[in-house]
Amino acid sequence: MNLIQDYLADLLKLQKREDGREPFQYRDVSVETGVISRSPGSARVKIGNTEVLVGVKLDVGTPFPDTPSEGVLVVNAELIPLASPDFETGPPKPESIELARVTDRGIRESHTIDVEKLCIKSGEKVWMINVDVYPMNDDGNLIDAASLGAIAALKSAVLPKYDEKADKVEYKEFTKTKLPVKALPIMVTFGKLRGSLFIDPTRREEKVFDSRLSVSTLENGTLCAMQKGGFGTFTKDEVLQIIDVAIQRGKELRKIISK
Amino acid sequence: MGGIGGPEKLIVKGKRLDGRALDELRPIQIKAGVIKNADGSAMIMQGETKIVVAVYGPREVFPKHFARADRAHLNCVYDMAAFSTPERARPGPSRRSVEISKVIRDSLAPAIFLEKYPKTAIDVFIEVTNANAGTRVAAICAASVALADAGIEMRDIVTAVASGKVDGQLALDLFELEDNYGEADMPLAIMPRTGEITLLQMDGDITKDEAAKLIEMSMNACQKIYELQKRALRDRYATEGAAAEETVE
Repeated sequence: MNLIQDYLADLLKLQKREDGREPFQYRDVSVETGVISRSPGSARVKIGNTEVLVGVKLDVGTPFPDTPSEGVLVVNAELIPLASPDFETGPPKPESIELARVTDRGIRESHTIDVEKLCIKSGEKVWMINVDVYPMNDDGNLIDAASLGAIAALKSAVLPKYDEKADKVEYKEFTKTKLPVKALPIMVTFGKLRGSLFIDPTRREEKVFDSRLSVSTLENGTLCAMQKGGFGTFTKDEVLQIIDVAIQRGKELRKIISK
Repeated sequence: MGGIGGPEKLIVKGKRLDGRALDELRPIQIKAGVIKNADGSAMIMQGETKIVVAVYGPREVFPKHFARADRAHLNCVYDMAAFSTPERARPGPSRRSVEISKVIRDSLAPAIFLEKYPKTAIDVFIEVTNANAGTRVAAICAASVALADAGIEMRDIVTAVASGKVDGQLALDLFELEDNYGEADMPLAIMPRTGEITLLQMDGDITKDEAAKLIEMSMNACQKIYELQKRALRDRYATEGAAAEETVE
Protein backbone atom coordinates (compact mmCIF):
# COMPACT_ATOMS: atom_id res chain seq x y z
CA MET A 1 0.00 0.00 0.00
CA ASN A 2 2.81 2.42 0.84
CA LEU A 3 4.44 1.62 -2.49
CA ILE A 4 1.28 2.70 -4.30
CA GLN A 5 1.12 5.79 -2.12
CA ASP A 6 4.74 6.71 -2.92
CA TYR A 7 4.15 6.09 -6.60
CA LEU A 8 0.96 8.17 -6.81
CA ALA A 9 2.45 10.98 -4.69
CA ASP A 10 5.58 11.11 -6.88
CA LEU A 11 3.41 11.26 -10.01
CA LEU A 12 1.33 14.09 -8.56
CA LYS A 13 4.49 16.07 -7.80
CA LEU A 14 5.10 15.90 -11.58
CA GLN A 15 1.48 17.03 -12.20
CA LYS A 16 0.63 13.51 -13.43
CA ARG A 17 -1.77 10.72 -12.52
CA GLU A 18 -1.66 6.95 -12.94
CA ASP A 19 -4.40 7.00 -15.60
CA GLY A 20 -2.75 9.76 -17.62
CA ARG A 21 -4.93 12.57 -16.32
CA GLU A 22 -3.77 15.96 -15.13
CA PRO A 23 -4.44 16.79 -11.46
CA PHE A 24 -7.57 18.83 -12.19
CA GLN A 25 -8.84 16.76 -15.11
CA TYR A 26 -12.14 14.95 -14.55
CA ARG A 27 -12.73 11.50 -16.03
CA ASP A 28 -15.22 11.04 -18.87
CA VAL A 29 -18.76 11.30 -17.59
CA SER A 30 -21.93 9.86 -19.07
CA VAL A 31 -25.48 10.17 -17.77
CA GLU A 32 -28.47 8.18 -19.01
CA THR A 33 -31.96 8.60 -17.61
CA GLY A 34 -35.03 6.40 -17.75
CA VAL A 35 -32.99 3.24 -17.27
CA ILE A 36 -35.40 1.49 -14.88
CA SER A 37 -38.88 1.08 -16.30
CA ARG A 38 -40.38 0.33 -12.87
CA SER A 39 -39.06 3.59 -11.44
CA PRO A 40 -40.72 6.94 -12.21
CA GLY A 41 -37.26 8.55 -12.35
CA SER A 42 -33.91 6.85 -12.73
CA ALA A 43 -30.38 7.43 -13.93
CA ARG A 44 -27.17 5.59 -14.65
CA VAL A 45 -24.01 7.65 -14.20
CA LYS A 46 -20.56 6.61 -15.29
CA ILE A 47 -17.43 8.46 -14.22
CA GLY A 48 -14.60 6.52 -15.83
CA ASN A 49 -15.07 2.98 -14.53
CA THR A 50 -17.26 4.10 -11.65
CA GLU A 51 -20.91 3.34 -12.27
CA VAL A 52 -23.95 4.06 -10.12
CA LEU A 53 -27.61 3.39 -10.62
CA VAL A 54 -30.09 5.76 -9.00
CA GLY A 55 -33.82 5.22 -8.74
CA VAL A 56 -36.54 7.51 -7.45
CA LYS A 57 -39.68 6.15 -5.81
CA LEU A 58 -42.66 8.30 -4.96
CA ASP A 59 -45.23 7.66 -2.33
CA VAL A 60 -47.87 9.60 -0.42
CA GLY A 61 -47.36 9.96 3.30
CA THR A 62 -47.74 12.17 6.35
CA PRO A 63 -45.54 15.30 6.50
CA PHE A 64 -43.27 16.13 9.44
CA PRO A 65 -45.11 18.14 12.11
CA ASP A 66 -42.69 21.10 11.80
CA THR A 67 -43.09 21.31 8.01
CA PRO A 68 -46.76 20.38 7.47
CA SER A 69 -46.99 21.63 3.89
CA GLU A 70 -43.70 20.30 2.53
CA GLY A 71 -42.94 17.09 0.74
CA VAL A 72 -40.22 14.85 2.11
CA LEU A 73 -36.97 13.93 0.38
CA VAL A 74 -34.84 11.03 1.60
CA VAL A 75 -31.61 9.83 0.02
CA ASN A 76 -30.28 6.38 0.80
CA ALA A 77 -27.14 4.64 -0.44
CA GLU A 78 -26.53 0.91 -0.48
CA LEU A 79 -22.90 -0.08 -0.90
CA ILE A 80 -23.70 -3.52 -2.25
CA PRO A 81 -20.86 -6.10 -2.29
CA LEU A 82 -21.38 -6.62 -6.01
CA ALA A 83 -19.72 -3.26 -6.68
CA SER A 84 -16.39 -3.66 -4.89
CA PRO A 85 -14.23 -6.19 -3.05
CA ASP A 86 -14.25 -3.68 -0.18
CA PHE A 87 -18.02 -3.72 0.39
CA GLU A 88 -19.65 -6.23 2.69
CA THR A 89 -23.20 -7.31 3.35
CA GLY A 90 -24.78 -6.33 6.63
CA PRO A 91 -26.00 -3.18 8.31
CA PRO A 92 -24.95 0.15 6.75
CA LYS A 93 -21.40 1.25 7.55
CA PRO A 94 -20.43 4.87 8.33
CA GLU A 95 -19.15 5.21 4.72
CA SER A 96 -22.53 4.46 3.16
CA ILE A 97 -24.36 6.67 5.66
CA GLU A 98 -21.96 9.52 4.95
CA LEU A 99 -22.40 9.05 1.20
CA ALA A 100 -26.19 9.16 1.55
CA ARG A 101 -26.21 12.15 3.88
CA VAL A 102 -23.75 14.19 1.83
CA THR A 103 -25.76 13.48 -1.34
CA ASP A 104 -28.93 14.36 0.57
CA ARG A 105 -27.55 17.69 1.85
CA GLY A 106 -26.27 18.66 -1.59
CA ILE A 107 -29.82 18.39 -2.89
CA ARG A 108 -31.78 19.53 0.16
CA GLU A 109 -29.75 22.63 1.01
CA SER A 110 -29.79 23.91 -2.55
CA HIS A 111 -33.61 23.76 -2.48
CA THR A 112 -33.39 21.68 -5.64
CA ILE A 113 -36.88 20.40 -5.09
CA ASP A 114 -39.67 22.86 -4.50
CA VAL A 115 -41.00 20.82 -1.58
CA GLU A 116 -44.01 23.06 -1.06
CA LYS A 117 -45.34 21.99 -4.46
CA LEU A 118 -45.35 18.41 -3.18
CA CYS A 119 -48.09 19.14 -0.67
CA ILE A 120 -51.38 17.37 -1.35
CA LYS A 121 -53.18 18.36 1.86
CA SER A 122 -51.35 20.43 4.47
CA GLY A 123 -50.60 18.53 7.65
CA GLU A 124 -52.02 15.32 6.23
CA LYS A 125 -50.72 14.25 2.85
CA VAL A 126 -47.58 15.08 0.94
CA TRP A 127 -45.43 13.37 -1.66
CA MET A 128 -42.50 11.47 -0.19
CA ILE A 129 -39.50 11.18 -2.49
CA ASN A 130 -37.08 8.34 -1.93
CA VAL A 131 -33.84 8.45 -3.86
CA ASP A 132 -31.88 5.20 -3.72
CA VAL A 133 -28.28 5.07 -4.86
CA TYR A 134 -26.73 1.74 -5.82
CA PRO A 135 -23.11 1.67 -6.96
CA MET A 136 -22.63 -0.99 -9.65
CA ASN A 137 -18.85 -0.60 -9.84
CA ASP A 138 -16.80 1.51 -7.44
CA ASP A 139 -13.71 2.96 -9.06
CA GLY A 140 -13.67 5.92 -6.73
CA ASN A 141 -15.56 9.17 -6.26
CA LEU A 142 -18.95 7.68 -5.47
CA ILE A 143 -19.94 11.00 -3.85
CA ASP A 144 -19.92 12.84 -7.18
CA ALA A 145 -21.46 9.92 -9.05
CA ALA A 146 -24.26 9.57 -6.49
CA SER A 147 -25.00 13.31 -6.49
CA LEU A 148 -25.02 13.53 -10.27
CA GLY A 149 -27.19 10.41 -10.49
CA ALA A 150 -29.61 11.70 -7.87
CA ILE A 151 -30.10 15.06 -9.57
CA ALA A 152 -30.45 13.46 -13.03
CA ALA A 153 -32.98 10.93 -11.71
CA LEU A 154 -35.00 13.61 -9.93
CA LYS A 155 -34.96 15.84 -12.99
CA SER A 156 -36.35 13.03 -15.12
CA ALA A 157 -38.92 11.84 -12.56
CA VAL A 158 -42.68 12.04 -12.97
CA LEU A 159 -45.41 11.53 -10.38
CA PRO A 160 -47.28 8.24 -10.38
CA LYS A 161 -51.07 8.39 -10.51
CA TYR A 162 -52.69 9.15 -7.17
CA ASP A 163 -56.34 8.52 -6.44
CA GLU A 164 -57.10 11.06 -3.74
CA LYS A 165 -60.51 9.67 -2.81
CA ALA A 166 -59.31 6.14 -2.34
CA ASP A 167 -55.98 7.44 -1.00
CA LYS A 168 -54.15 5.06 -3.25
CA VAL A 169 -51.03 5.47 -5.34
CA GLU A 170 -51.08 3.57 -8.63
CA TYR A 171 -47.37 2.81 -8.68
CA LYS A 172 -47.44 1.35 -12.17
CA GLU A 173 -49.16 4.31 -13.81
CA PHE A 174 -46.99 7.33 -14.45
CA THR A 175 -48.50 10.75 -15.09
CA LYS A 176 -46.83 13.45 -17.19
CA THR A 177 -46.32 15.70 -14.15
CA LYS A 178 -42.62 16.28 -13.55
CA LEU A 179 -41.11 16.77 -10.12
CA PRO A 180 -40.63 20.47 -9.26
CA VAL A 181 -36.84 20.58 -9.79
CA LYS A 182 -35.71 24.21 -9.70
CA ALA A 183 -31.92 24.03 -9.26
CA LEU A 184 -29.08 21.80 -10.40
CA PRO A 185 -26.46 21.49 -7.65
CA ILE A 186 -23.27 19.72 -8.75
CA MET A 187 -20.89 18.04 -6.34
CA VAL A 188 -17.19 17.98 -7.18
CA THR A 189 -14.74 16.03 -5.03
CA PHE A 190 -11.01 16.55 -4.58
CA GLY A 191 -8.30 14.45 -2.97
CA LYS A 192 -5.09 15.51 -1.30
CA LEU A 193 -1.97 13.39 -1.10
CA ARG A 194 1.22 14.71 0.51
CA GLY A 195 0.37 18.29 -0.30
CA SER A 196 -0.83 17.70 -3.88
CA LEU A 197 -4.45 18.41 -4.77
CA PHE A 198 -6.32 16.50 -7.46
CA ILE A 199 -9.87 16.15 -8.72
CA ASP A 200 -12.15 13.09 -9.08
CA PRO A 201 -10.10 10.43 -7.23
CA THR A 202 -10.06 6.82 -8.43
CA ARG A 203 -10.48 3.94 -6.01
CA ARG A 204 -6.72 3.36 -5.90
CA GLU A 205 -6.16 7.04 -5.17
CA GLU A 206 -8.87 7.01 -2.48
CA LYS A 207 -7.15 4.14 -0.73
CA VAL A 208 -3.96 6.11 -0.16
CA PHE A 209 -4.95 9.79 -0.15
CA ASP A 210 -4.71 11.82 3.06
CA SER A 211 -8.03 13.61 2.78
CA ARG A 212 -10.81 14.67 0.50
CA LEU A 213 -13.05 17.69 0.15
CA SER A 214 -16.38 17.72 -1.69
CA VAL A 215 -17.99 20.99 -2.74
CA SER A 216 -21.48 21.33 -4.19
CA THR A 217 -22.23 24.44 -6.23
CA LEU A 218 -25.15 25.98 -8.13
CA GLU A 219 -25.44 27.64 -11.54
CA ASN A 220 -24.80 31.11 -10.10
CA GLY A 221 -21.56 29.99 -8.44
CA THR A 222 -22.87 29.86 -4.87
CA LEU A 223 -21.95 26.94 -2.63
CA CYS A 224 -24.64 24.76 -1.12
CA ALA A 225 -22.67 22.00 0.65
CA MET A 226 -19.16 21.01 1.65
CA GLN A 227 -17.76 17.94 3.34
CA LYS A 228 -14.22 17.06 4.34
CA GLY A 229 -13.20 13.46 4.97
CA GLY A 230 -10.08 11.47 5.74
CA PHE A 231 -7.30 11.74 8.30
CA GLY A 232 -5.45 14.62 6.60
CA THR A 233 -5.91 18.39 6.60
CA PHE A 234 -6.43 21.31 4.19
CA THR A 235 -5.13 24.85 4.40
CA LYS A 236 -7.46 27.79 3.93
CA ASP A 237 -5.83 28.62 0.58
CA GLU A 238 -6.31 25.05 -0.61
CA VAL A 239 -10.00 25.22 0.31
CA LEU A 240 -10.42 28.44 -1.67
CA GLN A 241 -8.58 26.97 -4.66
CA ILE A 242 -10.81 23.89 -4.51
CA ILE A 243 -13.94 26.07 -4.42
CA ASP A 244 -12.81 27.86 -7.60
CA VAL A 245 -12.20 24.63 -9.48
CA ALA A 246 -15.44 23.12 -8.13
CA ILE A 247 -17.47 26.04 -9.52
CA GLN A 248 -15.77 25.72 -12.90
CA ARG A 249 -16.00 21.92 -13.23
CA GLY A 250 -19.55 22.10 -11.86
CA LYS A 251 -20.53 24.22 -14.87
CA GLU A 252 -19.17 21.60 -17.27
CA LEU A 253 -20.88 18.71 -15.48
CA ARG A 254 -24.16 20.63 -15.29
CA LYS A 255 -24.21 20.86 -19.08
CA ILE A 256 -24.28 17.05 -19.28
CA ILE A 257 -27.46 16.74 -17.21
CA SER A 258 -29.10 19.85 -18.65
CA LYS A 259 -29.27 18.27 -22.10
CA MET B 1 -32.22 25.72 6.68
CA GLY B 2 -34.79 28.43 6.33
CA GLY B 3 -37.79 26.60 7.73
CA ILE B 4 -41.11 28.23 8.48
CA GLY B 5 -42.38 29.07 11.93
CA GLY B 6 -39.18 30.75 13.07
CA PRO B 7 -38.83 34.24 14.47
CA GLU B 8 -39.42 37.08 12.02
CA LYS B 9 -35.90 38.39 12.47
CA LEU B 10 -32.81 36.72 13.85
CA ILE B 11 -30.77 39.91 14.02
CA VAL B 12 -32.24 43.06 15.51
CA LYS B 13 -30.21 46.29 15.47
CA GLY B 14 -26.97 44.41 14.92
CA LYS B 15 -27.58 42.12 17.91
CA ARG B 16 -28.57 38.49 17.80
CA LEU B 17 -31.62 37.18 19.66
CA ASP B 18 -29.47 35.98 22.55
CA GLY B 19 -27.88 39.42 22.81
CA ARG B 20 -24.55 38.58 21.21
CA ALA B 21 -22.66 40.53 18.56
CA LEU B 22 -22.17 38.81 15.19
CA ASP B 23 -18.60 37.76 15.94
CA GLU B 24 -19.15 36.86 19.59
CA LEU B 25 -18.85 33.36 21.02
CA ARG B 26 -21.30 32.01 23.57
CA PRO B 27 -19.83 31.71 27.09
CA ILE B 28 -17.59 28.63 27.12
CA GLN B 29 -16.41 26.57 30.05
CA ILE B 30 -14.10 23.59 29.65
CA LYS B 31 -12.99 21.25 32.36
CA ALA B 32 -10.61 18.30 32.13
CA GLY B 33 -10.75 15.15 34.26
CA VAL B 34 -14.43 14.75 34.99
CA ILE B 35 -14.85 10.98 34.74
CA LYS B 36 -12.80 8.93 37.17
CA ASN B 37 -12.99 5.63 35.30
CA ALA B 38 -11.71 7.07 32.04
CA ASP B 39 -8.06 7.42 31.03
CA GLY B 40 -8.85 10.96 30.01
CA SER B 41 -11.99 13.06 30.06
CA ALA B 42 -13.39 16.53 29.62
CA MET B 43 -16.59 18.49 29.80
CA ILE B 44 -17.60 21.53 27.77
CA MET B 45 -20.42 23.98 28.24
CA GLN B 46 -21.00 26.36 25.37
CA GLY B 47 -24.10 28.40 25.96
CA GLU B 48 -26.74 25.78 26.67
CA THR B 49 -24.87 23.02 24.85
CA LYS B 50 -23.28 20.63 27.30
CA ILE B 51 -21.11 17.65 26.39
CA VAL B 52 -19.06 15.10 28.30
CA VAL B 53 -16.23 13.16 26.63
CA ALA B 54 -14.32 10.14 27.91
CA VAL B 55 -11.23 8.61 26.34
CA TYR B 56 -10.29 5.00 26.99
CA GLY B 57 -6.98 3.74 25.69
CA PRO B 58 -4.62 3.02 24.18
CA ARG B 59 -6.10 -0.38 24.99
CA GLU B 60 -6.85 -3.75 23.44
CA VAL B 61 -8.79 -3.56 20.18
CA PHE B 62 -12.26 -4.99 20.00
CA PRO B 63 -13.33 -6.46 17.62
CA LYS B 64 -9.83 -7.80 17.05
CA HIS B 65 -9.80 -7.48 13.25
CA PHE B 66 -9.88 -3.67 13.58
CA ALA B 67 -6.30 -3.82 14.92
CA ARG B 68 -3.71 -2.21 12.67
CA ALA B 69 -0.08 -3.33 12.66
CA ASP B 70 1.25 0.16 12.04
CA ARG B 71 -1.02 2.43 14.06
CA ALA B 72 -3.79 2.75 16.60
CA HIS B 73 -7.41 2.25 15.64
CA LEU B 74 -9.24 5.47 16.49
CA ASN B 75 -12.87 4.95 17.41
CA CYS B 76 -15.23 7.87 18.02
CA VAL B 77 -18.80 7.53 19.17
CA TYR B 78 -21.02 10.61 19.27
CA ASP B 79 -24.26 10.04 21.09
CA MET B 80 -27.13 12.26 22.15
CA ALA B 81 -28.74 11.50 25.47
CA ALA B 82 -32.49 10.85 25.16
CA PHE B 83 -33.25 13.95 27.24
CA SER B 84 -30.83 16.28 25.43
CA THR B 85 -33.29 17.57 22.82
CA PRO B 86 -36.77 19.16 23.13
CA GLU B 87 -38.41 15.97 21.89
CA ARG B 88 -37.01 12.75 23.30
CA ALA B 89 -34.17 11.43 21.13
CA ARG B 90 -34.43 7.70 20.59
CA PRO B 91 -31.40 6.14 22.32
CA GLY B 92 -28.79 4.40 20.20
CA PRO B 93 -27.11 5.30 16.93
CA SER B 94 -28.99 7.25 14.26
CA ARG B 95 -27.84 8.01 10.73
CA ARG B 96 -26.99 11.51 11.89
CA SER B 97 -24.91 10.34 14.86
CA VAL B 98 -23.05 7.77 12.76
CA GLU B 99 -22.04 10.45 10.25
CA ILE B 100 -21.07 12.91 13.00
CA SER B 101 -18.98 10.21 14.71
CA LYS B 102 -17.14 9.73 11.43
CA VAL B 103 -16.45 13.42 10.79
CA ILE B 104 -15.30 13.89 14.39
CA ARG B 105 -12.89 10.98 13.93
CA ASP B 106 -11.62 12.51 10.69
CA SER B 107 -11.12 15.83 12.49
CA LEU B 108 -9.22 14.44 15.51
CA ALA B 109 -7.05 11.88 13.70
CA PRO B 110 -4.71 14.39 12.00
CA ALA B 111 -3.63 15.64 15.45
CA ILE B 112 -2.91 12.26 17.04
CA PHE B 113 0.37 10.35 16.61
CA LEU B 114 -1.60 7.17 15.88
CA GLU B 115 1.57 5.51 14.60
CA LYS B 116 2.97 5.61 18.16
CA TYR B 117 0.34 3.17 19.38
CA PRO B 118 0.24 0.25 16.94
CA LYS B 119 -2.16 -2.66 17.53
CA THR B 120 -4.19 -0.68 20.07
CA ALA B 121 -7.52 1.11 20.13
CA ILE B 122 -8.15 4.65 21.27
CA ASP B 123 -11.83 5.01 22.09
CA VAL B 124 -13.44 8.44 22.31
CA PHE B 125 -16.96 8.43 23.73
CA ILE B 126 -18.97 11.61 23.40
CA GLU B 127 -22.25 12.16 25.19
CA VAL B 128 -24.34 15.23 24.47
CA THR B 129 -26.34 15.81 27.64
CA ASN B 130 -27.96 19.09 26.60
CA ALA B 131 -28.12 20.17 22.96
CA ASN B 132 -28.44 23.72 21.67
CA ALA B 133 -26.59 23.67 18.31
CA GLY B 134 -22.88 23.37 17.64
CA THR B 135 -22.66 19.98 19.33
CA ARG B 136 -20.18 18.41 16.91
CA VAL B 137 -17.73 21.29 17.19
CA ALA B 138 -18.06 21.55 20.98
CA ALA B 139 -17.55 17.77 21.10
CA ILE B 140 -14.31 18.10 19.12
CA CYS B 141 -13.01 20.78 21.52
CA ALA B 142 -13.77 18.63 24.54
CA ALA B 143 -12.54 15.42 22.91
CA SER B 144 -9.11 16.83 22.14
CA VAL B 145 -8.78 18.01 25.75
CA ALA B 146 -9.82 14.52 26.90
CA LEU B 147 -7.22 12.94 24.57
CA ALA B 148 -4.51 15.20 25.99
CA ASP B 149 -5.76 14.39 29.50
CA ALA B 150 -5.33 10.68 28.66
CA GLY B 151 -1.68 11.43 27.90
CA ILE B 152 -1.99 10.53 24.22
CA GLU B 153 0.76 12.13 22.15
CA MET B 154 -0.61 14.80 19.83
CA ARG B 155 0.68 17.36 17.34
CA ASP B 156 -1.73 19.93 18.65
CA ILE B 157 -5.10 20.30 20.34
CA VAL B 158 -7.92 20.40 17.80
CA THR B 159 -10.22 23.38 18.18
CA ALA B 160 -13.54 23.80 16.43
CA VAL B 161 -16.42 26.20 16.03
CA ALA B 162 -19.41 26.60 13.71
CA SER B 163 -20.28 29.80 11.96
CA GLY B 164 -22.89 30.61 9.38
CA LYS B 165 -25.18 33.02 7.66
CA VAL B 166 -28.15 34.46 9.49
CA ASP B 167 -30.52 37.08 8.04
CA GLY B 168 -27.97 37.61 5.27
CA GLN B 169 -25.16 38.34 7.73
CA LEU B 170 -22.20 36.22 8.77
CA ALA B 171 -22.36 35.10 12.39
CA LEU B 172 -20.13 33.11 14.72
CA ASP B 173 -21.11 30.15 16.90
CA LEU B 174 -24.76 29.71 15.93
CA PHE B 175 -27.31 28.78 18.57
CA GLU B 176 -30.37 26.67 17.91
CA LEU B 177 -32.73 29.26 16.38
CA GLU B 178 -30.00 30.49 14.03
CA ASP B 179 -29.03 26.94 13.15
CA ASN B 180 -32.65 26.05 12.34
CA TYR B 181 -33.75 29.22 10.58
CA GLY B 182 -30.51 30.72 9.25
CA GLU B 183 -29.31 30.39 5.66
CA ALA B 184 -26.10 28.45 6.17
CA ASP B 185 -24.07 26.58 8.76
CA MET B 186 -20.36 25.79 8.49
CA PRO B 187 -18.63 23.70 11.16
CA LEU B 188 -14.84 24.03 11.03
CA ALA B 189 -11.98 22.51 13.05
CA ILE B 190 -8.32 23.45 12.95
CA MET B 191 -5.04 22.69 14.59
CA PRO B 192 -4.43 26.26 15.83
CA ARG B 193 -0.62 26.07 15.82
CA THR B 194 -0.48 25.63 12.02
CA GLY B 195 -4.01 26.65 11.02
CA GLU B 196 -4.51 23.38 9.15
CA ILE B 197 -8.20 22.55 8.67
CA THR B 198 -9.22 19.11 9.97
CA LEU B 199 -13.00 19.45 9.68
CA LEU B 200 -14.98 21.40 7.13
CA GLN B 201 -18.65 20.95 6.45
CA MET B 202 -21.19 23.37 5.10
CA ASP B 203 -24.80 23.33 4.20
CA GLY B 204 -26.89 26.22 3.08
CA ASP B 205 -26.30 28.89 0.52
CA ILE B 206 -23.18 31.10 0.48
CA THR B 207 -20.78 32.64 -2.01
CA LYS B 208 -17.08 31.86 -2.20
CA ASP B 209 -16.25 35.22 -0.57
CA GLU B 210 -18.62 34.48 2.29
CA ALA B 211 -17.02 31.05 2.71
CA ALA B 212 -13.59 32.70 2.91
CA LYS B 213 -14.86 35.20 5.50
CA LEU B 214 -16.52 32.47 7.58
CA ILE B 215 -13.31 30.43 7.59
CA GLU B 216 -11.40 33.51 8.74
CA MET B 217 -13.96 34.35 11.44
CA SER B 218 -14.00 30.78 12.77
CA MET B 219 -10.22 30.51 12.73
CA ASN B 220 -9.90 33.66 14.85
CA ALA B 221 -12.48 32.36 17.32
CA CYS B 222 -10.63 29.04 17.51
CA GLN B 223 -7.59 30.86 18.90
CA LYS B 224 -9.76 32.02 21.83
CA ILE B 225 -11.18 28.56 22.47
CA TYR B 226 -7.64 27.14 22.20
CA GLU B 227 -6.64 29.24 25.22
CA LEU B 228 -9.59 27.86 27.22
CA GLN B 229 -8.64 24.29 26.28
CA LYS B 230 -5.04 24.83 27.39
CA ARG B 231 -6.20 26.45 30.60
CA ALA B 232 -8.49 23.49 31.35
CA LEU B 233 -5.52 21.15 31.07
CA ARG B 234 -3.28 23.36 33.19
CA ASP B 235 -5.99 23.67 35.86
CA ARG B 236 -6.44 19.94 35.91
CA TYR B 237 -2.81 19.25 36.68
CA ALA B 238 -2.11 22.33 38.80
CA THR B 239 -4.76 21.15 41.22
CA GLU B 240 -4.48 17.42 40.75
CA GLY B 241 -6.10 15.66 43.66
CA ALA B 242 -8.52 18.45 44.37
CA ALA B 243 -9.97 18.28 40.84
CA ALA B 244 -10.15 14.50 40.92
CA GLU B 245 -12.59 14.71 43.81
CA GLU B 246 -15.12 16.51 41.67
CA THR B 247 -17.33 14.68 39.24
CA VAL B 248 -19.73 15.72 36.52
CA GLU B 249 -22.78 17.52 37.75
